[in-house]
Amino acid sequence: MTQPSSTQPAATLDVDAVRRDFPILQRQIHGRRLVYLDSGASAQKPLAVIAAIDHLYRTSYANIHRGVYTLSEEATLAYEQAHERVSCFIKADFEELIFTKNTTESLNLVAYAWGLANLQAGDEIVATQMEHHSNIVPWQQIARRTGATVRYIRIDTQGKLDMAHAAELIGPRTKLVSVTHISNVLGTINPVYELGQMAHAQGALICVDGAQSIPHMAIDVRALDCDFFAFSGHKMLGPTGIGGLYGKRAILERMEPFLFGGDMISEVTFDGATWNDLPWKFEAGTGPIAQGVGLGAAVDYLEKLGMDAIHQHEQMLVSYAMDQMRQVRDLEVYGPAAHERGGVVSFNLEGVHPHDMASILDQQGVAIRGGHHCAMPLMRVLGVNGTSRASFYIYNTVDDIDMLVEAVGEARRILRR
Amino acid sequence: MSFNLYQENILDHYENPSNKGHIDNPDLEFRDLNPLCGDEVCIQACVDPEHHLSEICFEGKGCVISLAAASMLMEAVEGKSLDAVKQMGRQDMLDLLGIPLTTMRVKCAMLALRTLEKAIHMYEGKK
Repeated sequence: MTQPSSTQPAATLDVDAVRRDFPILQRQIHGRRLVYLDSGASAQKPLAVIAAIDHLYRTSYANIHRGVYTLSEEATLAYEQAHERVSCFIKADFEELIFTKNTTESLNLVAYAWGLANLQAGDEIVATQMEHHSNIVPWQQIARRTGATVRYIRIDTQGKLDMAHAAELIGPRTKLVSVTHISNVLGTINPVYELGQMAHAQGALICVDGAQSIPHMAIDVRALDCDFFAFSGHKMLGPTGIGGLYGKRAILERMEPFLFGGDMISEVTFDGATWNDLPWKFEAGTGPIAQGVGLGAAVDYLEKLGMDAIHQHEQMLVSYAMDQMRQVRDLEVYGPAAHERGGVVSFNLEGVHPHDMASILDQQGVAIRGGHHCAMPLMRVLGVNGTSRASFYIYNTVDDIDMLVEAVGEARRILRR
Repeated sequence: MSFNLYQENILDHYENPSNKGHIDNPDLEFRDLNPLCGDEVCIQACVDPEHHLSEICFEGKGCVISLAAASMLMEAVEGKSLDAVKQMGRQDMLDLLGIPLTTMRVKCAMLALRTLEKAIHMYEGKK
């Protein structure tokens, strides 16, 4: 398989080499070169990940943790090594990383296993106006059952958190602050460490939705001092069907399991059961074995490129994109300045619905997302029904952005705006 | 580049929709959303003693496809019997539009007809 040859993290990305690792980029869409600008929804997969899954199924696949035969031992080892690699990737201990289905399941795990047991009437959960539905709806449900309430930190006109409002909301009633690390719409990078310190000062916990940050920047859960960190594998080059939840060991140890069944038990009798050790206590049933192995390969690939080089590359792209888009007449771009955001640019061309924009761009090979991006409350705050969103990753180039801007001009022409 | 989705007649309906507006005392009325994108359409109509849609109008926020479809649907159903409208399905709406649509965009195209169906359903339930 082809991979960037250097074993040391490179200072800058060799994007041509990276692009060769992604077979899907060879595709033509409506006779045009594919310009994939929807990595915020899901990233494309490098050969290394495809090959790792293929290799497991071809050579070492069986169920894990119980079989004593060779194949089962090999599969168990591969799965546990993947656990180890992903936990190292976020600077966590092995016991502190639970494999889940995705960010949504991770957040639900915190909501059900921690929230139901620790929240009561009068308690408050603090989120923000820029949350994805997956970091709103679980808390609304848990609040309904426990009598707790959910409060939302406002955003300012630049799409950044109003920290004075945060200081107002995070108080003695607060039991949990649950906040996105990077907004999937605005690209805003939130000060999660500061929010964590504010939460801890009130005896509350902080849960970080890292779905949009972990693919794009180095994550150190110890340095962030967060209590939970939730993420998806498929946005960070891994397969679908796998994600992760980091939790501080002492907190996870006190929590009861979320799902009950096989593999998460220590001993079962007709009268009851005791729980397996961390992290398996939270991984009931046959897990995403091949997906875990694929995610391990994704993490290896990202580490070879170097997370700082990735972040730098995206900073360059987003800054170029915002410069270009600012020159387009009647185009509104949402969110903060380039240096304060991740590789996400949401925009609206006056009088053009995001779905029409996405359809017309698709005809030119440009894949973007149009709609509410699972953030309907934020759309209300922005005063729009939806936005068009371009999101960048390691395989995107300045050329891709030129194609985007050109296609936006074509949309204007077609729709006679 | 030829772009067969946004043809002249589609854009005309979008820019100058038929039967766009409001009825003061409608016999039937329903507002619905496309949860995919948040587009919304509200349909109001009057029903005459012979159970025909004697007057119908819509208001909405949405993309070219969903609003052009609503406009075309208004023209197609005005004066028709409720029973005839209830017979209309997905293919009838696609025939009215006359453009190739991807699966996701079919949902945009169907918003107005689905809303009208629900309005009729509620109207008949009340009687």
